[in-house]
Amino acid sequence: MKKWPETWKEYNTGGIIFDVGNARSFKTGPWRSLRPVWDNSKCIKCGVCYLFCPEGCVQEGPDGFFAADLDYCKGCGICAHECWPSAISMIEEGHES
Amino acid sequence: MTKPVGMEVAVAAAEAVALCNIDVAACYPITPNTHIAEHLADIIADGRIDAEYITVESEHSALSAVMGASGTGARTFTATSSQGLMYMHEILPITPAMRLPVVMGLGNRAVSGPINIWNDHSDIMLQRDSGWMSIFADNGQEAVDMFIQAFKIAEHPDVLMPINVNMDGFQLTHVVEPIVFPTQAQVNKFLPPYKPFASLHPDHPVSMGTLGLPEIYTEAVKARDVVLVNAKKVILEVWKEWEKMFGRKYEPVASYKTAGAEILLLTMGSMGETAEMAVDALRKKGVKVGLLKLKLWRPFPYDEIRKAVRGAKTLVVTDRAVSYGGPGGPVCSEIRAALYDQPNRPEIVNYIIGLGGRDVRVEDFMKMVEGAPKAKKSGDDYQIYGVRE
Repeated sequence: MKKWPETWKEYNTGGIIFDVGNARSFKTGPWRSLRPVWDNSKCIKCGVCYLFCPEGCVQEGPDGFFAADLDYCKGCGICAHECWPSAISMIEEGHES
Repeated sequence: MTKPVGMEVAVAAAEAVALCNIDVAACYPITPNTHIAEHLADIIADGRIDAEYITVESEHSALSAVMGASGTGARTFTATSSQGLMYMHEILPITPAMRLPVVMGLGNRAVSGPINIWNDHSDIMLQRDSGWMSIFADNGQEAVDMFIQAFKIAEHPDVLMPINVNMDGFQLTHVVEPIVFPTQAQVNKFLPPYKPFASLHPDHPVSMGTLGLPEIYTEAVKARDVVLVNAKKVILEVWKEWEKMFGRKYEPVASYKTAGAEILLLTMGSMGETAEMAVDALRKKGVKVGLLKLKLWRPFPYDEIRKAVRGAKTLVVTDRAVSYGGPGGPVCSEIRAALYDQPNRPEIVNYIIGLGGRDVRVEDFMKMVEGAPKAKKSGDDYQIYGVRE
């Protein structure tokens, strides 16, 4: 699928989008420069990171611990800021945790 | 109804809109378009047409509401003036971007400040570049005709663009004129139902008004500009069809006594009729003068203007708005741009006149024509006529 029309002549009348829900195919995580990493030894499973994530991309795993969906995480750091047991640290992309 | 009826032009405008079988109207009344909004609300409340009238709390909402309705495939109408149009400003460019054929009645009025409710063209000129088609009526009959034409032009499958019909506030909106209305059957024949390119419907969902990243914004702008430029062809077709059906002729640049004219006057809106009387009086005095009346403002009729001024030595352009700190009047600056590369172009004199409802009389047009050589000699790009020194 083409991401957008090549020329102005291919531009849809009024910019109308007919394949509704096509935002699913656009991952918005690549903007990120920092990513959150959880230290599960400090995590108390309170879910504050899940509650505060403005992107709604922090999810609870079957073991009760949390992780961010990196396809959509923007690396804003709100989860790390709000995590009062300090279980989350922000790591620069390209660096190992 | 073939006999003329005496009717206030704003009321007649609402009657014309009602003849067009609109589905949704949302107008916030503001002087001098109030009577359009009021009378249309009456017509709908009385059940004379099957339409919804949305009472909104502002013009910003009025245009938003009709755009939403238009997106569902409804035929929509709104009306406003001056500060109301300013309040719509945020939404105005979005209507053509979404290719929604909304029709708007504009009772032209000066913009504040100082606060002024009377007529000039500064409201529409401030919104000139928002991508709407724009036509100007000379009198009540033209206003009525233009509203019916407007729906047909806007909804043409090659156009699908919003359009505003300009009527000078008070000088046109509030006068009683004899008006011939087409019958409902004639309008039904002339104006087919609106067929949207796409519409909002749960059974076949689409997204409208979406985000355009830098990768697509330029192409979106180009596509819109091309549609607006090409709309002129459809406008000419619709006007020709109207002439065939009703016998009243509409042109982008109408001319009056221009044969053999050395001096041409150019007006836009209701001043044209006063200027005709000035041309008659000057012709009696032996002045070779003629009149051009600009009826199509967007898309701008470059070819027609170039053709209309051919052979004239002087072109006196009247403007009813100021482009502050700029080239004078907006109409004149566009005429200058249209003629700049033309061989044997006439000398252009620009007068700004009739601001904020100040009277423009027959004598004023005579003085402007007779004073044109002196005005040209002064070297000023424009003159504000009648300003007290």
